Amino acid sequence: MLYALCFLLFMIGLYCAVVKKNMVKIVVGILIMEYAVNLFLIMLGYRQGGVAPIIDKSHLESQAALNNFVSSSVDPLPQALVLTAIVISLGSLALMISICIRTYEKYGTFDITEIRRLRG
Amino acid sequence: MTIFYILMIFIVIASLIAVETTDLLSAVICIGAMGFGVSLIFLFLRAPDIAITQIVVEVLGLIILIRATISRDLTFISGDKEFFGTVVSVAIIFVIFLAGLRVFETLPEFGTAIFTEAPNAASQTYISQGLDKTGAANLVTSVILDYRAYDTLGEATVLFTSIIGATVLLRRKTKNTPETLQPVSES
Repeated sequence: MLYALCFLLFMIGLYCAVVKKNMVKIVVGILIMEYAVNLFLIMLGYRQGGVAPIIDKSHLESQAALNNFVSSSVDPLPQALVLTAIVISLGSLALMISICIRTYEKYGTFDITEIRRLRG
Repeated sequence: MTIFYILMIFIVIASLIAVETTDLLSAVICIGAMGFGVSLIFLFLRAPDIAITQIVVEVLGLIILIRATISRDLTFISGDKEFFGTVVSVAIIFVIFLAGLRVFETLPEFGTAIFTEAPNAASQTYISQGLDKTGAANLVTSVILDYRAYDTLGEATVLFTSIIGATVLLRRKTKNTPETLQPVSES
């Protein structure tokens, strides 16, 4: 059910990026899709009643505590890769917004149909 | 478990407002609300590193987005909508949504990590031997900086490339544009 809500969020972002005619709205749609994908990947690695993948001093006291940590830690691999994806999304956001700003300076509008009309 | 549903529904509502509002500044603020909601969910999903990164990236992204929308003459969306195109797009997206829902039946229940279903998953090795092999108490750090360090190097490359692209696009002074091709006296 939570996965389905994530997918619904992705579809809302896709709708926004496909249907809307405002350039900033398209960027907003792409951002919504990024959130949905990041959330879905983290949810795949979650365990019911799990602990964060950080080894504490209390986990090292005995072998049983360490085994308990191994069997209850959430998945560190999607967390590491989503960390990468979040930082890259900031860079791509800066690139998209700078394209929007330059287009606005040249044409005076964010509307993509107006831009096409002015080009002839 | 309930907290995930509450936050998730909050995010979906915020995204709907961000999509449907006619004021661009409201849309940007709704994106901010979504980002902080996502960060809270990360915190409850036991991913504190990502929650911290998400907050920092969210604040920077909000600054960038507000820079694009504020002080523009036209922050309201006007103009008529193409009714037919919208209906066709919504229908196609709805069909894709219904077809995609069947994929989630093959996944294990929420709360069961998917790597426990696979034998000899890489994540199992990272969790059980990460401290001995790399010496990092935080296993996310050991994955980013040791097991998959080349991935992080590629990430830095992509980040710098996008920043270079943004800088080139936003640069004011350009040399050797066609208007200034004739020799100019050095000042």
